[in-house]
Amino acid sequence: METRKIEIPVMADLFARGEKPEYLFWVGCAGAFDDRYKKVVRAFAKILTHLNTSYAVLGKEETCTGDPARRAGNEMLYQMQALQVIEIFKMYEVSKIITICPHCFNVFKNEYPDLGGNYEVINYLQFLNRNIEEGKLKTDPESLENISVTYHDPCYLGRANDIYDEPRSILKKLTGNLVEMDRNKSFALCCGAGGAQMFKEAEKGDREIFIERTEDALKTDAKVIATACPFCMTMLTDGLKYKNREEEIKNLDIAELIAQSLEI
Amino acid sequence: MLKQIIFTITLLITIGVFSYTIDRLISFFRFTRPAFPVKDIGKRIMVTLAVAMGQTKIFRKPVIGLAHALVFWGFCVILFGSIEMVIDGLTGTERVLKVLGAIYNFLMATGDIFALIVAISIIIFLSRRLFFHIKRFEGIEMKKRSHTDANISLSFILLLMISLMTMNIGYVGYEKLSGGDIAGIYPVATVLVTLFKGMNAESLKIVYESSWWTHILLIFFFANYLPYSKHFHVFMSVPNVFLSRLDPLGKIPNMDNVTREVKLMLDPATAFTAAPEGVPVERFGVKDAEDASWKNYFDSLSCTECGRCTSVCPANITGKKLSPRKIMMDLRARMKEKGPLMVKNGRDFSDNRSLLRDFISEEELWACTTCNACAKECPININHPTLIIDMRRYLVMEEASAPGELKAVFNNIENNGAPWQYSAEDRLNWARDLEIIIK
Repeated sequence: METRKIEIPVMADLFARGEKPEYLFWVGCAGAFDDRYKKVVRAFAKILTHLNTSYAVLGKEETCTGDPARRAGNEMLYQMQALQVIEIFKMYEVSKIITICPHCFNVFKNEYPDLGGNYEVINYLQFLNRNIEEGKLKTDPESLENISVTYHDPCYLGRANDIYDEPRSILKKLTGNLVEMDRNKSFALCCGAGGAQMFKEAEKGDREIFIERTEDALKTDAKVIATACPFCMTMLTDGLKYKNREEEIKNLDIAELIAQSLEI
Repeated sequence: MLKQIIFTITLLITIGVFSYTIDRLISFFRFTRPAFPVKDIGKRIMVTLAVAMGQTKIFRKPVIGLAHALVFWGFCVILFGSIEMVIDGLTGTERVLKVLGAIYNFLMATGDIFALIVAISIIIFLSRRLFFHIKRFEGIEMKKRSHTDANISLSFILLLMISLMTMNIGYVGYEKLSGGDIAGIYPVATVLVTLFKGMNAESLKIVYESSWWTHILLIFFFANYLPYSKHFHVFMSVPNVFLSRLDPLGKIPNMDNVTREVKLMLDPATAFTAAPEGVPVERFGVKDAEDASWKNYFDSLSCTECGRCTSVCPANITGKKLSPRKIMMDLRARMKEKGPLMVKNGRDFSDNRSLLRDFISEEELWACTTCNACAKECPININHPTLIIDMRRYLVMEEASAPGELKAVFNNIENNGAPWQYSAEDRLNWARDLEIIIK
């Protein structure tokens, strides 16, 4: 087994050499700082390398899109962040953005245009699905050995942007045993972390939303809960721990499942 | 002739009272803020055809949704007969639209069948409310008045259908016995008339005439009851769908007044100059009814309190105080309270109460995950999250009030460009020692 070190291309370095990548890969704050989610970003970066994609990250120049501030009501802070980001994009002549985080995806795609930031914004699931369909990513249909997998729809991909088919089409290429929760697609229950809830205690109630959603997933008897959002991952992994099921049931991101299948 | 005079007077009174009510509502709309320009008419027509006419969203609950769809479609067909009744009443004609021939036969036949279907559906709806415990119809916002209002509205519709059916029975029975021509086809009435076979032509004529009057007077009365009821949705929901927000659910509308301020701040030439004096400063976000947009208010008037939104709200499901239905009902109630005061004393009038806190608590607002399940579920495209965010905007930008953890998030974003307290220097740590396996 031979390995090769991956150097992650950084926009400033490329520009200094007079190069311009096709895509900006927006890592997001969770990808940069959340230990569990860093693994997902690493898996996705491996796939990008595997595909020989022309891309770069902003690295230290990346900052918050402003999304959590906006959803928490701080429009002023959101717009300050957004205008800064738009300036950086302008500097690097960014035209195509790949995001992993659905919240970053949504804010770039739907909200930055109001501030003059118009880009082709691609969610990684759309990117991965396209490459699988074009035959560039050859996933092994036996990779999950027919282990049952259930998919939790992140609100900001599903209801917010009508992305329901790509994750399912990818997962069907990885396992013959994709099982749906009772509440799925546009009926899916939120993990509880949206709208800046990720960063605060929930209001007083009977129970936690992430437990309610974890129970939905457990009811399917799936061995893998596939997610596609850093916040959903935190919530559902916590849910599995709360239910003492984290040993037998894995919460994995779709990028990780693909990287596993590619054995890269 | 006397019939025509009485009819014309009742119709004028109906229109008079209705116009007064609507004029009052329009005067409240004048206090609201702009939302979005109503363009893309083609797209709007398509949305109306699908969501309103096709009832696509009500079918997200397929069984009870079908019952509602049948009532809606029934109303559309029966409306044709009601229009004819108004023409007949004004001009003294009888079943004047029969000149339409085959179309008339078809519409009267479907109307006759639908009257029965609607009646059965309404009985199902009423029984659900009276005899079954349906969680969706409960909640802190569902006071006794809301339940009474629902039961009154449903009873009205049931009476409308019963009077329509007896009218058709009386008409068919009378024409048969008196050997006249029956205009239109009435499959249900033709069967049911056999129950009245003991009656002579004269009494059937009385049944027909009295049901005719009962039916039309009920319509007139119901039309004027509706604007004061949650069942105003009969009038409002189709326009509300036509006026839907067409953006993806994930999109929050931009605050252009904030953009202007931020751009001034970021521009070194203007950053330190004072704001121009004498320019009235508009409140950021929504504190009270008049801060809401016309669309928010339109949504609130269209809401029929079905509770589909609340039944899918993750916060509500897990026992938090937030109920999206309550947000809409509160806006409507607050405008009803403050609207007349503003009409009298101007938009700036304060009664020392507000939508925020006196109706909607901060606890409710902070419980929202902005998951958009409520907006997705609403059969008539009401959008609750935009209003919730607008109320958060008021709290944060005007009162600097937010849960402590969120204030920390704001600080972190401002100082180190991430919601967590990590340095931008560490943003590439994930990329260390990354290797790919080459086969």
